[in-house]
Parts: sequence; structure tokens; C-alpha cells
Amino acid sequence: MPERIATIASRSGLHARPAALFAEAAGDVGVEVTIAMQGDPEDDALDASSILSLMTLGAAKGDVVVLRAEGDGADAALDSLVKLLETDLDAG
Amino acid sequence: MQNFPGVGVSPGRIIGTIKQMPKPISEPPAGEQLSGETSAEEATAALKAAAGAVHDELKARAESASGDGKAVLEATALMAKDTMLLKGAGKLIARGTSAQRAIWEAGASVAEMLHNLGGYMAERATDVLDVRARIVAELRGVPAPGIPSSGTPFILVAEDLAPADTATLDPEKVLALVTAGGGPQSHTAIIARSLGLPAVVAAAGVDALADGTEVFVDGAAGSISVDPDDAQRAAAEAWATNASLLAVFDGNGTTADGHLVPLLANVGGGKNAVAAAGLNAQGVGLFRTEFCFLERDTEPSVEEQAAAYKSVFDAFPGKKVVLRTLDAGADKPLPFLTDATEPNPALGVRGYRTDFTTPGVLERQLQAIALAEKDSEADVWVMAPMISTAEEAAHFASMCTAAGITNPGVMVEVPSAALTAESILREVGFASLGTNDLTQYAMAADRQLGPLANLNTPWQPAVLRLVGLTVEGSRAEGHNKPVGVCGEAAADPALAVVLTGLGVNTLSMTARSLAAVAAVLKTVTLAEAQQLAKLALSAPSATEAKAWVREKLPALEELGL
Repeated sequence: MPERIATIASRSGLHARPAALFAEAAGDVGVEVTIAMQGDPEDDALDASSILSLMTLGAAKGDVVVLRAEGDGADAALDSLVKLLETDLDAG
Repeated sequence: MQNFPGVGVSPGRIIGTIKQMPKPISEPPAGEQLSGETSAEEATAALKAAAGAVHDELKARAESASGDGKAVLEATALMAKDTMLLKGAGKLIARGTSAQRAIWEAGASVAEMLHNLGGYMAERATDVLDVRARIVAELRGVPAPGIPSSGTPFILVAEDLAPADTATLDPEKVLALVTAGGGPQSHTAIIARSLGLPAVVAAAGVDALADGTEVFVDGAAGSISVDPDDAQRAAAEAWATNASLLAVFDGNGTTADGHLVPLLANVGGGKNAVAAAGLNAQGVGLFRTEFCFLERDTEPSVEEQAAAYKSVFDAFPGKKVVLRTLDAGADKPLPFLTDATEPNPALGVRGYRTDFTTPGVLERQLQAIALAEKDSEADVWVMAPMISTAEEAAHFASMCTAAGITNPGVMVEVPSAALTAESILREVGFASLGTNDLTQYAMAADRQLGPLANLNTPWQPAVLRLVGLTVEGSRAEGHNKPVGVCGEAAADPALAVVLTGLGVNTLSMTARSLAAVAAVLKTVTLAEAQQLAKLALSAPSATEAKAWVREKLPALEELGL
């Protein structure tokens, strides 16, 4: 299954506005994407389009997460989501 | 014509149709099962549809909102169709639970999980519960909780408003506020004055009026009338004309004979301060610094605080800015400073007292103030809230000196401080009366309680006497140390005249009230104000004190105040 690693860039972590922006983007990519902290078992991965799951994940700035997806367009979807996580969404 | 008497808390005469704030959504009964003819699939589909409708409604509201409100609405909209929430509910439905009960329980468990994470997440738990209530309302086909949305402006009628409701209140859509409960110092009253909306509180029975009923609201007299008559229609028209005149303060607070009473603004932060400066406030009489701390789970750094303070100082170069140190506790809890389990928080560790239990926070705040003052042009005064004794005043003054702050003062909110003002003022440079808390403590009446509204007014002769004693204490001390008022009392034009007569030097209020207070103050001489103060002190009750003084101030009726 395609997977990517990303480092959270937003100052407030994956909370609040960054979490909302990311959840919305993950829901729009057309494939199911999961998110987990690096090192956590794949079975514990959460639905990346769920803002509540993202909030309970509690990823802070600098934390490394793993995104996974399967199916058509999975690679492109993951690339775009990694880019989003590695942008400081609290800026501006 | 049906009349509902209440307590007027923000002036203005207006005619409009009402909308009731929907009653809170009741909990679906525990153990409620799917009804016989509904399948689990149908119930799940109905839940999904309701959740989708709530999502779309919140999303649409987010589009028209701005700033922080927009971000919160966007996040809340996403929660409505969140897979974690809906899958949790779906599992319960599959086991036979009704859709309403299922979303109720799923919401509760998500909220609890967020609550247990603490800090920012814990605050979002409230949003999950809000979304849950909206979905249940949608399933029941009843109006969503919260301020009703409407294409046309309306008069909002509620039991009482919570701070969270007032945050979503759109002053373009709401003409006036009327509540069946609440008191003169309730959140409804404070928000109405800051938005300049006419408001009446403690008007029992108004919550039974039907949506769409046309009413006349008089926010000065404190009354609501159904089916307005011609005189009331004329009064509302006259107010519309006067309101524009009453919106402009020339920046010069004075009595008719030139006794200067600087009129200052109460502000919470930089944006607020810029707006107050735009309304010609002569300075800031109360800068509530806790706004920089609220919604934080850790203490902001000295540098961060200094930047926030400087943004207020910079709005008033060369003018006085009186900053109140952190006033946490009671109705303003802070996780890193206050103990939420106190049985009686209003009498607990709050205001200056948090320095007893969490030393260091106040010291760092004073450092931040000194840092911000260094490169600002404002005349910075610093006061501590909830001071009860001269010993506390002396300790606060020494902390200020250590931080390099030259003008320390105290808030007079606890009756003991008013009674011992002379010895307290020997220790510090000025006093500022916080009439909201002073009234609550003098009358032993919780300021949020509707049934106690009549006790909880600064027109109580006992409260006025405490104001007078504070001024006398300053005179006895002998160095002309200023005594100001920074509570809601100063925003009432009639009371502002009485306070001036009692010898108060400055009045600080929500910036919207400056023009009305200035207009009325200008119609009396200092001697007349002193006479009116004597009259109010001699009254046997708050009602008579107010009525007697208002009768002698014809400008009030002319201006509709």
C-alpha cells in the first residue's frame, strides 16, 4: 500500500484550523486516506478525513506521521496531502 | 395592549418583531429503541441526512462569518459529518438504538475523549455537544439551538444569553435583546451595551410570546409592549434620529460649569482600544488583561504579553491607560491558575488572590507591563483586582516597584476596601471602583441571577454609600489620590451624574456609552450633581433613588435615555 511520511509544520500542531483544512482536503481526494503517528501499528491508523480523529491523534509541530492510501490516484493524493502537512497552515 | 415590565440595561426605543431563542434540546430517553417500522438502514440514512443538513447550514454560516468565528464554524461544520461520530452512532443503531439516542451517545463519548485530552481539545468538546444537539433538532424537525438565523432583523427574546451565544450574535440582524431572566450585570446586559443594542432583562413572561409578535422595546425604561401604539411608534422614530446624535463624543467630559470628568473606555485588547480611540475616549480606565490569557492552557510568555499590552498602549499615546492585572477566577476560570472545584468561586481565590496560591504569574505580568511601557508613549497606571486590605495593597505596590512600575493602584470591589479606603490609599496612588462586583458583594447577590435583579443594581443606596466612603477615604488620606469608576454603573448617564456628585474623578465605560454619558453630564453643574448625589443617598430604595434622580434630569427623557 502506498504510504508517505510527513512532518507537521503548523505551529499549533494538527489542531484547530490546520486540522480542519487537512480533514477537508483528505475528504476531497477521492480515496480513503489514513493517518497514524510514525511507529504506531497500521491497525491503529485513523481516518484522515475525520477532524475528530485528527484532534485525538494529538500531533504537535515537528511530530512525524504516516499517511496511507490505496486505489486509483493514491500516490497523487498522498503527495498533495504531505505538502499540506508540511506547510505552516497557521501562517497568514 | 400587553406590557412586560423588566429592568432596562441598555437604552434605545425600538419596534420590531420577535424571534424566540429555541429552548435547549432535551436528551432522548436512555435506552430509546428504533420504532417498530423503522429499519436500522432507514435510521442510519435519516441520521446521515440530518448530519448533512447540519453540515451545510454551518458551512453556509461560516461563509458569511469572518476571523476566529469563521474558523470555529468551519471546524464545527466538519464535525457534523465526521466519520468518527457517525460510525459510532451507526454501530449503536445497528444494535437497535434509535437514531436520536445513538447520535446523543456517540457525541457524548467523543466529547468525553476530547475532554480527557485537556486544554484546547477539552474546549472543542463543547462544539461536539453543540453539533450533536443540532443533529437531534434536525431529526426532530425543531429549530436548531442557538441564536436563530433570519434574513430580516429581529428582536431576540431568550431566557438568558450565555457568553457563547453572544459570540455568535450578529448586531446587523438583532435589533434589541430581551430576556426573561438575567440581571443588570448579566452577560446579556454587558454585550448589549458593548454592541449598543437596546436591552431589557428580567422581563418575566416574555418567553411565552409567539415568534413574529410585534413589540415596542424601551431599553431605558425597561419595558416591552405588545401591539405598539402611536405614541410608541413616534418614540421609536425619535430614537432613530437621536441615536445618530448620541453616537458622537467630542472627547471632552465635563459638567455644565466646566468641572472636568475625563470619560475613559473599558477595553479588552488592541483592536478594542483602537475602536475606543476612534470614539474619542479620553484614555482607558480599565484594560482587562485576562483577554490575553483566556482560552489558554498555559501562561503566555513575558514577551507575548508585552506585545499584547503594547498594542493597547499604542492606541492612546500621551493618554492615561489603566491596566488591571489578571482577574481570573469565579466567572473567568483559567486552568493554570484557578481551582474549578471551589464551592464558592465568587468568594474564592480570584483576582489578586491567585498570587497567594500561584506566585510568579503576577510578577511576570508586571515585568511584561514594564517592558511594554518602556517603548510606548501612553501614561500607564496599573491596578490589582479584588484587594481587600491595606496590607494587600502595600504588597502589590512593592511588587510594582520591584518591576519598575511607578503608579500602582487598586480596584475597590470588596466592601472592606471601600470601608478602609484611607489606609489602602496610603499604600497606593489611586483607586478604581468596580461597581459590578462591589454591588454583588455589598448586596450578597450573584450578578447573574434574574430573581435578584432588583438587589443587584448599583443604584442601591448602600452601594452609592460605599462609593462615597471611598472618595472620603481619599480626601482623608490627604494627597488628592484619584478615585475612578470603571464598572457598568458609569455607562448609565443618570448614575454617571450621581457618581460625579459623589466626587468620583473619572468614569470609564464601554466606548459606545461615552456620547450619551457626556451629553447628560453637560446638562448639570457640579453643585447640581452633588445635590442629586445627596438625593440618591437619602432614598430608601434603589428604585426610588433611580426615579428621583431621573426626574431631575429632563435631558434623559428628551434624548430617550
